[in-house]
Amino acid sequence: MRPFTYDRADAVPAALRAAGSGASSYLAGGTTLLDLMKLDVMRPERVVDITPLASRLGGIEAGPQGLRLGALAHMSAVADDAMVRRDYPVIAESLALAASGQLRNMATLGGNVLQRTRCNYFRDVSYAACNKRRPGSGCSALDGVTRLHAVLGTSEHCIASYPGDFAQALLALDGTVELEGPQGPRRIPFAELHRLPGDTPHLETTLAPGELITGFGVPPLPWARRSVYLKVRDRESYAFAVASAAVALDLDGGRVREARIALGGVATRPWRAREAEAVLAGQVLDEAAAQRAAEAAFRDARTHGDNDFKPELGRRTLVRALFQAQRLGA
Amino acid sequence: MTTQPTPGVVGRRSLLGSGAVSAAAPLLAVAPAAAQPTPILKETAVLDLVLRVNGQEHRLALDPRVTLLDALREELGLTGAKKGCDQGQCGACTVLLDGRRVLSCLTLAARAAGGAVTTIEGLATEDGGLHPMQQAFLDHDAFQCGYCTPGQIMSAIGCVQEGHAGTPDEIREAMSGNLCRCAAYPNIVAAIEQAKPQMAGRRTERG
Repeated sequence: MRPFTYDRADAVPAALRAAGSGASSYLAGGTTLLDLMKLDVMRPERVVDITPLASRLGGIEAGPQGLRLGALAHMSAVADDAMVRRDYPVIAESLALAASGQLRNMATLGGNVLQRTRCNYFRDVSYAACNKRRPGSGCSALDGVTRLHAVLGTSEHCIASYPGDFAQALLALDGTVELEGPQGPRRIPFAELHRLPGDTPHLETTLAPGELITGFGVPPLPWARRSVYLKVRDRESYAFAVASAAVALDLDGGRVREARIALGGVATRPWRAREAEAVLAGQVLDEAAAQRAAEAAFRDARTHGDNDFKPELGRRTLVRALFQAQRLGA
Repeated sequence: MTTQPTPGVVGRRSLLGSGAVSAAAPLLAVAPAAAQPTPILKETAVLDLVLRVNGQEHRLALDPRVTLLDALREELGLTGAKKGCDQGQCGACTVLLDGRRVLSCLTLAARAAGGAVTTIEGLATEDGGLHPMQQAFLDHDAFQCGYCTPGQIMSAIGCVQEGHAGTPDEIREAMSGNLCRCAAYPNIVAAIEQAKPQMAGRRTERG
């Protein structure tokens, strides 16, 4: 691991000041940062430990304004929260199905949404070409093993998939992100946090330098009780999604008033499937409607050989998730 | 207690160090293109910190890069927590931090300062009485080679304390972060089921 200066901040302004100078990274759970620093993929000169902020930024609060989750809440705390499990099952499930017990105890929500891709060519610095790691160097994945790579939102410069789960739940529920930065606080839709790779895959988010995620909001949504996170992976536990679907349904009898769908494991960023949502609006949710929605979600999919199976797996995952949500009592 | 290594003057330290260097050399020789001009080693400020481990405080002067795992093993001579993958994937380094299981390989020692760390060495009582989970692992033969066992036991205690040991399926899911290449999994699940009721009202936090 390369040398770095270690700072510990016990308040947000102190954290912003500390991070302001040089190439800095905030350290919370450390499950991505330490891993990638050991692999020499991330090379911060200064690490600002923000764990002391947990007393102020670790809360889980629900009320008439909806749900507010502190950025330093641990994944395990939110996954186990009785109110989140009852009112926003898609959030609890997305967190409970991620990583391992130890990692969920360490990792925080703010770090979780920023976790980096598991693309092997990004994680292994012995591959010289990676546009995400070294802008302009090329993409080793394009001619490589692409089984776990994205089929939606790719570009000729990067096909790395976004690895997280929680982000899909936030995206489907129209969540927001609260930020503090050198320019002051701001709040943005979660949908605007992650970028498409385009020709700048090294720019993964719209965060300004030194900006810190302080929390997440989810608007009140009574029918979010009818929501699921379905995760399909190579083994039954402790694995990244090969395909996943976050689904919330507002049903009027058998008819869909509104559907919310986000897809994981298949796209370069957390992926909202608005075309699929539009297909379902006003329809009776049956096999044919679910299939049409799934077709719409993957209409623009581009595969790269090893991942030719992904659109079909993704469609089946979505269809199953829709029926799982339909069976839930709201 | 005379066989316990003295903290800070650990005999194995030099052995482990030289072993790591000789093992790394051939790997470096075949590493392709990505060699970076920046030197890997330069002076860093040493951090003075206090680690509370198994109820004892240790004052240490450490490079900021030192992980909790390395501090335990190399500085304090507590070699129960194992370095398996050193990447947060195998669970062999699991310890409790403030009563919650964490991976010590992905935790900076500096971050753990101020918290209470419990390792496998902190479970048994002074007179050698085993923690119910340790006894259960013996009773059920929940290991073969034993390398993953300290991590399994610490994780198992965490799993019970977190309330995720309700059913065998729940135990399997909650323990999926601890790999056992000997595949003692069925016996590990049985051991946790045995220890769970015996742990009622008991919380391992400060060792």
